Order: sequence, then C-alpha cells, then structure tokens
Amino acid sequence: MTSPDTPPAAIDIRGASKTYPNGVRALEPIALTVRQGEFVTIVGPSGCGKSTLLRLIAGLSPSTAGSIVLSEGFSPPRLAYVFQSPTLMPWASVQANVRLPLDLAGMPRSDADEKTRHALELVGLQEFARSFPRELSGGMQMRVSIARALATEPRLLLMDEPFGALDEITRNRLDREFSELSARENLTVLFVTHSIYEAVFLSSRVLVMSPRPGRVHAEVNIDAPRPRRDSFRGTVKFATHSAQLSEMLGAVMSEAE
Amino acid sequence: MNSRSWVSIAAPIAMGLVFLAAWHAIVAINQIPSYILPGPLLVLETLLRDWNPLFHSLLITLRVTGSALLLAVLLGSLLSVLFVQSRLLEAALLPYAVILQVTPLVAIAPLIIIWVDDPFDALVICATVASIFPVIANTTVGLRSVDTGLVDLFRLYGASRTQVLVRLRIPSAAPYFFAGLRVATALALIGAVVAEFVAGTGGTRSGLAYQILQAGLQLKIPRLFAALLLITVTGIALFLVVSWLSRLALHRWHESELPQEK
Repeated sequence: MTSPDTPPAAIDIRGASKTYPNGVRALEPIALTVRQGEFVTIVGPSGCGKSTLLRLIAGLSPSTAGSIVLSEGFSPPRLAYVFQSPTLMPWASVQANVRLPLDLAGMPRSDADEKTRHALELVGLQEFARSFPRELSGGMQMRVSIARALATEPRLLLMDEPFGALDEITRNRLDREFSELSARENLTVLFVTHSIYEAVFLSSRVLVMSPRPGRVHAEVNIDAPRPRRDSFRGTVKFATHSAQLSEMLGAVMSEAE
Repeated sequence: MNSRSWVSIAAPIAMGLVFLAAWHAIVAINQIPSYILPGPLLVLETLLRDWNPLFHSLLITLRVTGSALLLAVLLGSLLSVLFVQSRLLEAALLPYAVILQVTPLVAIAPLIIIWVDDPFDALVICATVASIFPVIANTTVGLRSVDTGLVDLFRLYGASRTQVLVRLRIPSAAPYFFAGLRVATALALIGAVVAEFVAGTGGTRSGLAYQILQAGLQLKIPRLFAALLLITVTGIALFLVVSWLSRLALHRWHESELPQEK
C-alpha cells in the first residue's frame, strides 16, 4: 500500500468510534483509508456498524471519538449518499427528485435542468423524467435515487445496501450497470451489502466486519480489472474470492454467537 | 364510465327516490296537515315560491361559513407551523386549543355575540372556533410525519430550516391537512348555523338558521323544510368542493386519492 504510485486518500478514518447516548457501542475505534478511485465494499452481519460507519463519514451522525478526514473535493456536495430505500419525495416527479440537491444548493434552474437530464441519462431513465415515483418499479426507483446522487457530480459515493430490497435478477443487472458507471465516471465508492457475490462482483477491495461491537475483521483484494461484465461471475477468481469471503463471514458469525 | 361507478351514482339516487315516494305516500294517505309534516312536493313548491329570501339567506350563511373556513385554515396552518418549529410554543398553546375544542360552541357563542359588536363578525368567529381544531391537529401531525430518510437527505445537502419546511414538511403534511379540511368544512357550516340559532334576533337576522327559526315560530313548516334542504345541499356541495381540491392536490402521488385498482 505504500508504493509510490498508490493514489492519494479520499477518506482517512483514524480511530473513529460510535457509542450511542444509551450506552450501546455501535462501532469500535476503526482505522480505514479509502483511496481515490477505489471501490471498497463492507460486508458483515446485521448490527456490525456498517451503516453507522457510512453515517459518520457523511456527517449525518457525529463520531464519539477519533477523526474522519475527507480529502479536498470529497466532502458534500461532492459526496453523495444512496440510502437503503429509494427515499424519493412521492409528491415530486422523477425530474424534481433528481434536481433536489441542485435546487437546495440554489443552482439556477436551467443549469440544474441540464445536469438533471444528464444524470437521468446515466441511469437510462430520461424517458421517465415526468413520471412519479409510484409509477415506477422498485429497481427503477433505485436508479432514480442513484441519478439524484449523481446530479451533483460527486467524486465519492456512499451506498448503504442500495440493491438489498430488489429481486436477484434486477440486482445483478443494476450491479453490472453500476460497475460500468462507477468506472467510467471514476467514482470512489464505499458500498455496504449483505451479499458476498455483490461485494466480489463490484469491488476492488472487500472488508469483512464483525458485530457487537462493530470492527473490521478481515480484508480481501479483488484484483480483476473494472468495470466487470456478467461473465466475471463465471470465473475461478470470482468463485475463489466468494468462497474465501463466505468462510470469513462464517467465522465472524460463529464468533458472534 | 364503468358499471361500478354507475352503481355508485344510481344506487343513492334510487334510494332517495324511494324515500321521497314513501314520504309523499305517508303524508297523502294519513292526510297529515302541512304544519306537522309537509309533503315533498309542497316543500319544493315553497322553495321555488320563497326562492328570493331563501337564496339571500343562503348567501349570508355561505359567506359566514366561507370566511370562517378561510380563517380556520390560515390561522390553523400558521399555528401548526409554529408548533412544529417550537415545542415550547406547542406546549404553551395546544392545551388552550383543546379547551376551545371541548367547550361546546353553544356555551361560548352567546358571549362572543355579546362581546363582538358586528353580528356578522361574531358569527364568523363562532364558526372559526368550531372548525379550527381539526386543521391544527391534522396539520401538526402531518408536518411531523416526515420520512426520516428524506430528513437525512436534506441535511446531507445542507438544506436550511426554511427549505426543509417548504420542500419537505409542507408537502408531507398535505394529505393530513386535506383530511382535516374535510372535517373543518362540515364543522364550519354547523358552527355558522348553530351560532345564528344562538344569536337569534341578536344575529344578522338573515341567515338560513334565522329563516328556520322564524318559520318555526310562525308555524310555516314547509318553509322550514325548504331552508333545511338548502343547508343540507350546501353541506354536500362544500364537501364535494373540498374533495375535489384534495383530489386535485394529491391524485398523482398519495394512496388516498389514487384510482382504484381493477
């Protein structure tokens, strides 16, 4: 990790931890560096503090101790967050939902419309700009949510199990699309998931977290070029890494019981 | 139009016709005098004959109801917004709104009518008191019932308090507000009529309730029925207008106004 061509850090977490006011320790002091252009995925059972970590990084929740440093150009609004559920405003059109971050920043309407159009194109939903969220399928709603995150042209994307509620076929398709999109836009991504296969397919590096209290248990590098195609799922490398992570996760689970 | 919606229109109309026919038959067969129970045809005849004074009264009652509803909506929404901005203000004021709500209007109306010089204003105040609570209660709940994910999203993008209020809280509150408005509309009309009854000759001496009062005293029962009919029709019309407004505002996104699945 110290070779001269290692890209600079996007996120530098030094001993950040979270204890809730009721005394529950959600996250043990954690040390983690996410480098620019990396696709890092966190896997782990429920209650291991994955979501807490993302919320700390986004500044939605203060850390109890330690520090989290976002490099220049990687903090809001260049940092975007995709939630577990689509989290769309049901009363607003797709277009208005995607434009929201730009509207809140007070961007002139014509510029905002242009960026909104571009973001919808990236997720292939330009024809649905005037639809309402209710009129779309779960997968399409999630793509609107991603388009909204992309509207501010972020460099860092935090994603909290974004495809967790979708059926497997839709999920695989969105994973493939997102792999292409993140590589093409050179996004730095910190992704949380329950799915080992999703983690291996998408990531350059996978972290395994253990629960109660949450801490990083192990780390696996997936050194295959990105973006990845569906054929990657059939490779030996994919199978090996999936088995390796599955074993690690199994160890973490039995340790927790 | 499909067969289901035909039924939903035809069924109540048929029911109404059966009721009117039965009413007519009972009055005719038993030869009930019109000062006890006038037949439906006589009521209609009276309504047409006395149309001018009755319509004039209807307009007065409508003006009282409309002004009160407008006041209740403006004042009620404003209070709700203040309550949501400050828990302290809510804690201080909400009990008094409740007291106002649970005290029967007929008990307060005489005082208001004595205190307020202008009889029209007094009636409007009474009807406002009667109708403001559902607006406050519903809108306050609505302004608080905000998707926590969206709150996080707004925070992430650095939204100001005003932006959160205007772009998030107020739209979230709309379905609750309209539910409250329906109740408030009915209460405003009831408030207007009750207040005029209580006011008697001290009121504007011109609304529909005054017509009923006068007709009752003079045993002009057909006219009493005609005035009653106008109040009912007014209530239905107001309800339809508010339902239409609600559909207009919510039909594209809220479950309560979505077309039924076939």
